[in-house]
Amino acid sequence: MSTDQVIHLEKVNKWYDDFHVLKDIDLIVNKGQKIVICGPSGSGKSTMIRCINRLEAHQKGTIVVHGTELTNDLKNIDLIRKNVGMVFQQFNLFPHLSVLDNISLAPIWVKKMPKNEAEDIAMSYLEKVKIPEQAQKFPGQLSGGQQQRVAIARSLAMNPDIMLFDEPTSALDPEMIKEVLDVMIQLAEEGMTMLVVTHEMGFAKTVADQMIFMDEGRIVEQASPDEFFNNPKSDRTKLFLSQILNH
Amino acid sequence: MSSTTIQIISRSKYYNWLVKNLFSSWVNTILTVIALIFVYQVGSFFLNWAIFDADFRYNFQGELIIDRGFCSKNIMPGEYGACWAIIFARWNQFMYGLYPIEEAWRVNLIYALLPLAIIGILFDKIPFRRYFIYFTFIFPFLAYFMLYGGPGLSVVGTNKWGGLLVTLFLGVTGIGLAFPLSILLALGRRSKMPIIKSLCVVFIEFIRGVPLITLLFTANVMLPLFLPDGVNPDNLLRALVAVTLFQSAYMAEAIRGGLQAIPRGQVEAAQSLGLSYWQTTRKIVLPQALKIAIPPIVNTCIGLFKDTSLVLIIGLFDLLGIGRAALADMTWTKLYYEVYVFISLVFFIFCFGMSRYSLYLEKKLKTDNS
Repeated sequence: MSTDQVIHLEKVNKWYDDFHVLKDIDLIVNKGQKIVICGPSGSGKSTMIRCINRLEAHQKGTIVVHGTELTNDLKNIDLIRKNVGMVFQQFNLFPHLSVLDNISLAPIWVKKMPKNEAEDIAMSYLEKVKIPEQAQKFPGQLSGGQQQRVAIARSLAMNPDIMLFDEPTSALDPEMIKEVLDVMIQLAEEGMTMLVVTHEMGFAKTVADQMIFMDEGRIVEQASPDEFFNNPKSDRTKLFLSQILNH
Repeated sequence: MSSTTIQIISRSKYYNWLVKNLFSSWVNTILTVIALIFVYQVGSFFLNWAIFDADFRYNFQGELIIDRGFCSKNIMPGEYGACWAIIFARWNQFMYGLYPIEEAWRVNLIYALLPLAIIGILFDKIPFRRYFIYFTFIFPFLAYFMLYGGPGLSVVGTNKWGGLLVTLFLGVTGIGLAFPLSILLALGRRSKMPIIKSLCVVFIEFIRGVPLITLLFTANVMLPLFLPDGVNPDNLLRALVAVTLFQSAYMAEAIRGGLQAIPRGQVEAAQSLGLSYWQTTRKIVLPQALKIAIPPIVNTCIGLFKDTSLVLIIGLFDLLGIGRAALADMTWTKLYYEVYVFISLVFFIFCFGMSRYSLYLEKKLKTDNS
């Protein structure tokens, strides 16, 4: 077992009532790895990454993040959430708080950081996502692309070492996708461990060092991008790729 | 543009508005005329009764009115104007009940400070708001000390309180205490913990399923049974308990509506950042939910404020109770209209104020969310 291993899923199963969403998921993520997960809707890809920070509870199998196993123990859940950032399809910014307050909220309340220090950090991450001039605005005044970049900055402000992206560009207008992907590419280049659910295959080819294809709650194929795009093994993957790439 | 052209333009603007809205067709014109006649008839009758033909402190002969026999309408056949002298004569009771009149300045002081105590909660963009909020939290203790008495002030038992004092005490304290309670109830009702959840559901549904009068009777008769021997809370406190519980159940449902309107993603985002349940609730969920719930919350407050008049049934003299007591007095009896119109006016002023405040907030929230 590699010491670089940061996430380990073993035989993870999850049901929504009778519906079996995740079936025997095995996954190992090493430090600094960028994994892109794709698959048709309802394949369980979002559910899988949402299990990693316990937004969803799994019913069978084990999930270990940084050596801490996810159980009902709230202490473990808190510990893991502090180290795992997440970016959502719908941004989920807090509409009643300014951009700056959105980002500095968690450092102040979770890390008990002094307010001015947290705001300095917030500003530095806003600069990183290239919208420091929007600090005093409210989320509703920003474009979708800007909101998603604020959401990324908000996650980064907690200084996580793993970032989960749940279809971060699916709710964006086409011309705004690039500005968000650029930030994500920059993040990847800095060595962040990333799990990204996306259908942006151009992005996947650029940053991914592992591709995962999921269907009906299973990992159908896991391969390097080169293998995955040029020589997919399963017919299901081939069909999916032909649809998504011709699109 | 010269001023005359502006005048012409604005005059034609009014003219156009009139034509468009009131006289656009024959039917509209007829309805407008009928409505105007109706408003004129009712309005002039009421104004004549209430103001122009009415007695205030003196009757038409210029005599001070000391009982109903002096009212103009009781001297002159054909006079029908109101005789407001009963309100003047009973003014102190309407305001303070049987509160000793030499101590009434204490009540007046609290009346005067009450607006300062609530302004900080009502408006978020006033200067020195922080200090107003501090005052809001000090005020209940100050009010208790001033009204009830304590070191340096003579004690005035709540059995002496009455009139507007009781109405405002029950209304303001009931709403103030019910607010935090209702937040806990609303959160509890959405809790994932089955025992907490069912407790809240049972409480809310029980209180909502019972008329306030029943609760008042229950509190009056049964509260002493639940308390240790020797602790015998006075009537006003019993009424306050009933009113608070009643209000908290209704307010909890209004707040629950607001909670339900918050997208799940808000909570998930907060959780993914590592915020605890209480941090998420306090910083993310409640600020948004309460904003949405303000109109229905104010609605329940208006309802409660009026319902406080039901306490006369357990022997408390609120504004309405004092009014009925005044009418029972042989020297003033039969001046029903004057008393009830006056009481209605007082209730109306407070409730209309709350209603306007709610509208103001709705408008403000619309622009805030743009």
